Amino acid sequence: MTGEIFMQQLANGISLGSLYALLAIGYTMVYGILRLINFAHGDIFMFSIITFNIPWFIAIIIIIIATVTLGVLVEKAAYRPLRNAPRMSIMISAIGASFLLENLATYLFTGVPRGFPDIKVLTSTVKLGSLSLTVATLITPFVTLVLLYLVLFITNKTKIGMAMRAVSKDFETAKLMGININQVISITFIIGSFLAAIGAVLWGSRYPSVMPLMGVMPGLKCFIAAVLGGIGNTTGAVLGGFILGMAEIMLITFLPAFTGYRDAMAFVILIVVLLVKPTGLLGEKVTDKV
Amino acid sequence: MMDKLRNKNNKLFLNILLIIIFASIIILLDTKKIGDAYIRRILNLSAIYAIVSVSMNLVNGFTGLFSLGQAGFMAIGAYTVAIFTVPLAARAKIFYITPQNPVLAQIELPFVIALILGGLLAALVALLIGLPVLRLKSDYLAIATLGFSEIIRIVFTNIKSITNGALGIKNIPTMPTMWVFFGIAIISIGFMWLLINSSYGRAFKAIREDEVAAEAMGINLFKHKVMSFSIGAFFAGIGGGLLATLFATVDPNQFYFPVTYNFLLIIVLGGMGSISGTIIASFVVTSGLEILRFFDEPLSMFGVNIPLFRPGLRMVIFSILLMVLVLFFRNGLLGQKELSWKLIFDLLSGKKSRKRTGEGGAAQ
Repeated sequence: MTGEIFMQQLANGISLGSLYALLAIGYTMVYGILRLINFAHGDIFMFSIITFNIPWFIAIIIIIIATVTLGVLVEKAAYRPLRNAPRMSIMISAIGASFLLENLATYLFTGVPRGFPDIKVLTSTVKLGSLSLTVATLITPFVTLVLLYLVLFITNKTKIGMAMRAVSKDFETAKLMGININQVISITFIIGSFLAAIGAVLWGSRYPSVMPLMGVMPGLKCFIAAVLGGIGNTTGAVLGGFILGMAEIMLITFLPAFTGYRDAMAFVILIVVLLVKPTGLLGEKVTDKV
Repeated sequence: MMDKLRNKNNKLFLNILLIIIFASIIILLDTKKIGDAYIRRILNLSAIYAIVSVSMNLVNGFTGLFSLGQAGFMAIGAYTVAIFTVPLAARAKIFYITPQNPVLAQIELPFVIALILGGLLAALVALLIGLPVLRLKSDYLAIATLGFSEIIRIVFTNIKSITNGALGIKNIPTMPTMWVFFGIAIISIGFMWLLINSSYGRAFKAIREDEVAAEAMGINLFKHKVMSFSIGAFFAGIGGGLLATLFATVDPNQFYFPVTYNFLLIIVLGGMGSISGTIIASFVVTSGLEILRFFDEPLSMFGVNIPLFRPGLRMVIFSILLMVLVLFFRNGLLGQKELSWKLIFDLLSGKKSRKRTGEGGAAQ
């Protein structure tokens, strides 16, 4: 292992980690407010990559709008009608929505992997000393940090952010205080899907093979990242994403024999976290009310 | 009084009649008097799906644990049957890239023993997984079990000397009669029915209704959860083993986790907490999925190609169905009730004993 390869992999790890972080924010925000795993989040992410097939500068804008619409649509169609239903029904609905998006994508775009359009600005390589990195790898961490700052600004400094925090603390009381719950939830989905769309563009430049089931694994992993960081905590989600991405790349670097197990590792991390520190790294302790 | 008695005799008579009809249909099919290989295959598959779905309902519907690990446990059962029942002579040809583990390469077991071993291994893995995972709350449990089901699949893809990796194992001996599938289905479901109606079953239901209250009543939550989870895994393993012999081949992709969603649809349609509903739904969904295959074929009407029909439409309809069910007919066919003659008579005479919200599901 030369220092050079290590540095290269370190950069890869940070970049992959920040991609995970972008998706994990979406999970953590929805979970914080609805106490629901948005199973469809990974598939919303997939949809924005797979539909990306027109000149990129127009596409990015259209994709962001379309993804946000899709996210809000899923919430309206699959989650809102069941707001007072038993938990299991809501989860089944979430799984159903995810499954529907996957099948719809298979139907519309076939299961055959497609290429992601080559966005020259993102895929060109930059030499940093002896390292050669693509622009996408290089800018992803910065994009993530800027977006994290934005999300933190929205949740902590704006009125709608205050409403979000109130809803996440106590759903019923927030409702009684006159907060428009549905609006807050819609905005949460808008933010989550917006980040997923940005993540999708960066992801596509990095892994240009696109297919309908591609959102599943990143989706599950990012949920795990959110749990690792402490579910409901935005900074924690980003931290969890970084750790997970880094752990994955390091597994490949140092134990190449175990490359086949890279997807399994995330779940092992999940189990360990849930057993050792169920609230995650930055999560608050929540007590169950009877 | 007289009326009641006659009614009771009637029901007994109807039950016997039903069993005779059922048995003769299977015998006729089995002796190839009616039907064809395709129909027999669908029915066998339905019987297998019924076992796995009831096992999933035991965990999800009766104990209230949202577990999504069924595909993984099926994989364990399927691979056990595959590894141990393929004739020794055929092994070298199957494991032509990575030779089979030398110990395993010498062992061949009869089907029934391999099947039970598969179930036991699935239960053992469930026990090991359950010890940490069952302490989790509902949605974490769902993700963790889903994750484990994936881990099992990933491990099976990677341990090539045992499972032959992504190539899978072919030439698994098939069964000559449908009674293998239906017999095992009847025994398995019968066992689970007895379990659910025992004191253990009542404890499961108590846990489903309210964990805290159940604990206060002296029910050992963890013990019962692990028990339900392991027994569910055992029968999923049995179902997987039967699937291996039905298809004569296994490979890791058969157990990709969306497979579990099939069973989820079945138990939602049949009713979370209804065994008879689950059995009916297994047959409806399995044959429905086959019938819906025409959606995947190009369709032309009056010489015009209807562009909507192309591969993938079937699964879109399938997933929309799942959504519609859970959004509008949350109780499925039977909710938590069991099918009985009283229910059928009430339904036929238009008498409604209670408000039934789940009836619309029958339209499927």
